Amino acid sequence: MTLWFVFALMTAAAIFAVLWPLGRGGQPRNDASEATVYKDQLVEIDRDLAAGLIGAPEAEAARVEISRRLLAAVDHRREPPTASSLRLRRSAALIALVGLPILSVAFYLPLGSPRLADFPLAARIHAPDATQPLDNLVAQVEAHLEKNPTDGRGWNVLAPVLVRLGRYDDAVRAYHNSITYNGDSADRRADLGEAMAGAAGGVVTSEAKAEFERAVALDADEVKARYFLGVVAEQDGRGADAASIWNAMLAKAPPDAPWRPLIQAALVRVGGAAAPALPDGAMAAAKDMSEADRGAMIHTMVDRLASRLKQNGDDVEGWLRLVRAYMVMGDRDKARGAQADARQAVANDAERLRQLNEGLKNLGLDG
Amino acid sequence: MIAEAGHYALVLALALALIQSTVPILGARWHDPALMNVARSTALAQLLFVGGSFAALVTLHVTSDFSVVNVFENSHSLKPLIYKITGVWGNHEGSMLLWVSILALFGGLVAAFGNNLPLSLRAHVLAVQAWIASAFYLFILITSNPFLRIANPPIEGRDLNPVLQDIGLAVHPPMLYLGYVGFSISFSFAVAALLEGRIDAAWARWVRPWTLLAWIFLTLGIAMGSYWAYYELGWGGWWFWDPVENASLMPWLAGTALLHSAVVMEKRNALKVWTILLSILTFSLSLLGTFLVRSGVLTSVHAFATDPTRGVFILLILCIFIGGSLSLYAWRASALKQGGLFAPISREGALVLNNLFLTTACATVFIGTLYPLALEVITGDKISVGAPFFNLTFAPLFVPLMIAVPFGPLLAWKRGDLLGAAQRLVAAGVVALIAIALLWAWTLGGSTLAPLAIGLAVFVIAGALSDLAERTGLFRLPFGTTLRRARGLPRSSWGTVFAHAGVGVALIGIVCETTWNTEYIGSMKPHDTAHVAGYALTLDGVRQQQGPNFREMIAQFTVSLGGERLSVMTPSKRNFTTRGSTTTEAALLTRGASQLYISLGETAADGEVAVRIYHKPMVLLIWFGPVLMAFGGMLSLSDRRLRVGAPKPARAPRQLQPAE
Repeated sequence: MTLWFVFALMTAAAIFAVLWPLGRGGQPRNDASEATVYKDQLVEIDRDLAAGLIGAPEAEAARVEISRRLLAAVDHRREPPTASSLRLRRSAALIALVGLPILSVAFYLPLGSPRLADFPLAARIHAPDATQPLDNLVAQVEAHLEKNPTDGRGWNVLAPVLVRLGRYDDAVRAYHNSITYNGDSADRRADLGEAMAGAAGGVVTSEAKAEFERAVALDADEVKARYFLGVVAEQDGRGADAASIWNAMLAKAPPDAPWRPLIQAALVRVGGAAAPALPDGAMAAAKDMSEADRGAMIHTMVDRLASRLKQNGDDVEGWLRLVRAYMVMGDRDKARGAQADARQAVANDAERLRQLNEGLKNLGLDG
Repeated sequence: MIAEAGHYALVLALALALIQSTVPILGARWHDPALMNVARSTALAQLLFVGGSFAALVTLHVTSDFSVVNVFENSHSLKPLIYKITGVWGNHEGSMLLWVSILALFGGLVAAFGNNLPLSLRAHVLAVQAWIASAFYLFILITSNPFLRIANPPIEGRDLNPVLQDIGLAVHPPMLYLGYVGFSISFSFAVAALLEGRIDAAWARWVRPWTLLAWIFLTLGIAMGSYWAYYELGWGGWWFWDPVENASLMPWLAGTALLHSAVVMEKRNALKVWTILLSILTFSLSLLGTFLVRSGVLTSVHAFATDPTRGVFILLILCIFIGGSLSLYAWRASALKQGGLFAPISREGALVLNNLFLTTACATVFIGTLYPLALEVITGDKISVGAPFFNLTFAPLFVPLMIAVPFGPLLAWKRGDLLGAAQRLVAAGVVALIAIALLWAWTLGGSTLAPLAIGLAVFVIAGALSDLAERTGLFRLPFGTTLRRARGLPRSSWGTVFAHAGVGVALIGIVCETTWNTEYIGSMKPHDTAHVAGYALTLDGVRQQQGPNFREMIAQFTVSLGGERLSVMTPSKRNFTTRGSTTTEAALLTRGASQLYISLGETAADGEVAVRIYHKPMVLLIWFGPVLMAFGGMLSLSDRRLRVGAPKPARAPRQLQPAE
């Protein structure tokens, strides 16, 4: 409401600026004219002569010239303004009173956003927007780290949040910084690799693989790194290798490890040996789903993805996921078909095509 | 509310400008003083509203209100305060708002201080001013609105182009715009004179201060821009004949010509029609500059964003104003009274010569800048017209002009005595010859042309000083009298001396820098030493540092001369995370008027840094010259007296000579 009040005041001030001279009736003042300038010039010559800047003959010649111009100017004077006509003033006032507000509002309404309040940064940080509290916190931490880049703990806190937000590239940078300032460790390397895989759209790139290998070198029991090395093997089509890595993990794992179901599901995916007897309730829950049900569920998901990509083919990551899914399901023909479709869908966009080809290479499906 | 109030203020300014562009003209037609006076109050109110609108945008940038698209795209909450403010005009929309604010400022100044103008002239001038303003308000509101909003504001902005995060942005664009836009006043006066069908010496008296003011700002703006490019872009050049630079040089050349022809008009009532044409051309070139830079026709640091609709809109404005004013000129110029006569050899004649050379030089630059563009549009061929073209065409035009500069002020009005002037310049000529001889001896076997060019510059400076000596009677009269006369000398004469000497000073700088510039380009490891022009520069080491919104790699050099340690120089490379780009911050060490210049290149894996080291002799004179010119302009501007050119009377009819 205040906004409209301010607008009204501003409009009134603008109208007043037009009405004011009209209201004063424009009584003709002593009008400045050409003759005044010439008279001033004559005075100036006397001054120059007195100061010795010009000689007497020059001064005389200048005086003659200017006097001549002065005479001409008097003959040729501008017509003095007449008294103002009331009719003209009234019509001008009408234009101001009606035209000005209409024009302003007609211009402002389609362009402006009168409903939006100001959002200065200070206010937003102190009173976080209820819908994006996490974004605000992240921004605060990032701002803090921008100023204190050596705060290793800060990077440690920030990195997993960035992964959750899907900002994988930033997360990779954050994990790098965390390793630089907190020192190297197996779990940080594994997390870094995971973020890299995230940045590559779920594909474990050779860079990410290097990180996982480093992690395993630091700690042979690093769970995440070993799991992903299994994924690498699976990606390369070495299902048996993947199964052996994962089986080894299960064999060593404590019975109540929370990641057991994940590994088992992965084993099922590569068609590896079934898990040993499951003592745990959690595992039982995972087993509730029958083999057929699980297969059906995966199929529906893949089909849904395929039909979505048929409508909107811009999503490179989506294509890669689809190709990988077909490969995992052992359907190489469909994978090849999806690959061709993907190439066709992004053919017009060089950047996307490059991403796609890189991703396919990582999947071991190039050419 | 600030954003919306600023937006609405801009709309109101448009509405006021539309009223200001029609009502006063009708008032002048019908001799109605009340309607003519509307021009004045609306011009002031327009200034108030645009000023408010600009202040609103500055506030939004300072408070980092990212709900405004313009702030989101060009600001960052971590940017230092000064760059938050300068960032307002470091982008297309904001810079256009600055442009119209300055336009409104000049209109407001004419309204506030134009009491000595005839009522109908003032009404016409302000109305023409409002036409320009309306066109640009429409342009801003329709194609480049800085007040558009985002409903869900992002948390962080995209930051300003790092190259622009420099103190230069605080000075260069406002100065340049004050210059560009200042010429709109002489344009408005010219169009008003054509509309009214009358022009006289009084007209020139009223136009002169505005032209001078605009010229001063344009001079300083161009010089500042050149210095900024020199230290920020990191390759040590100060003028590239880049189309954008040419776009600012063209109005400067035309404006300089205008300045001189306006003097002839005020003092001698001559060259009226020509002065009107120059006024129109100067502002047209300013508009052309705006078009070239803002339309995206050219890509450079200055083109913030390219959008075809903007280009078409500005082209339309350009066609209407340039085409319209030139047609008006063709139609009405013949109706104007012709002015006084003068002999070819006279002060007037000298100024006509000056105008000829300056406009020809301007035409050269115009062709060199627009020909490649036109060719690309028509045939699709891309050619580049660079320094060689301009050196070959511009220099031959400037040499005779420079030779003529000292003669001008020494010639009398109406009919001059070239021989007499030449005699009075003998001293200056001798000084110049000595300078040439000395330089030749000193740089034996070096460049042949450089000593000659410097001799020319010395001649210009010495010529300006001889003019001063002549006027004060130095060496001819007792010293006391000289001092008294010097004090009595109009400040405008002092202004001439300073401005002309400034041209010579700049020329010395240009010649020295281009001829005797030495450079070292190579890779250096810590503790390596490079030798440039007698200086030894040792790289002590490289360290990293965190700035407010960038990371910085700083190299430290110890400079010594003849084994004696002089100073430490720290060039750096800044890496801006938000935009993911880097800038080089050159380190400068000033020794007298010369400078040592270091800028960093890429760092190799083994810690080697690529460096460029330049020794630039007398380089500072390049910018000191324009500062001197602007100072001369200010002296002349501060001289509120009327300018009268006393003519040299014709020889008296021969009288009977007494027998000897």
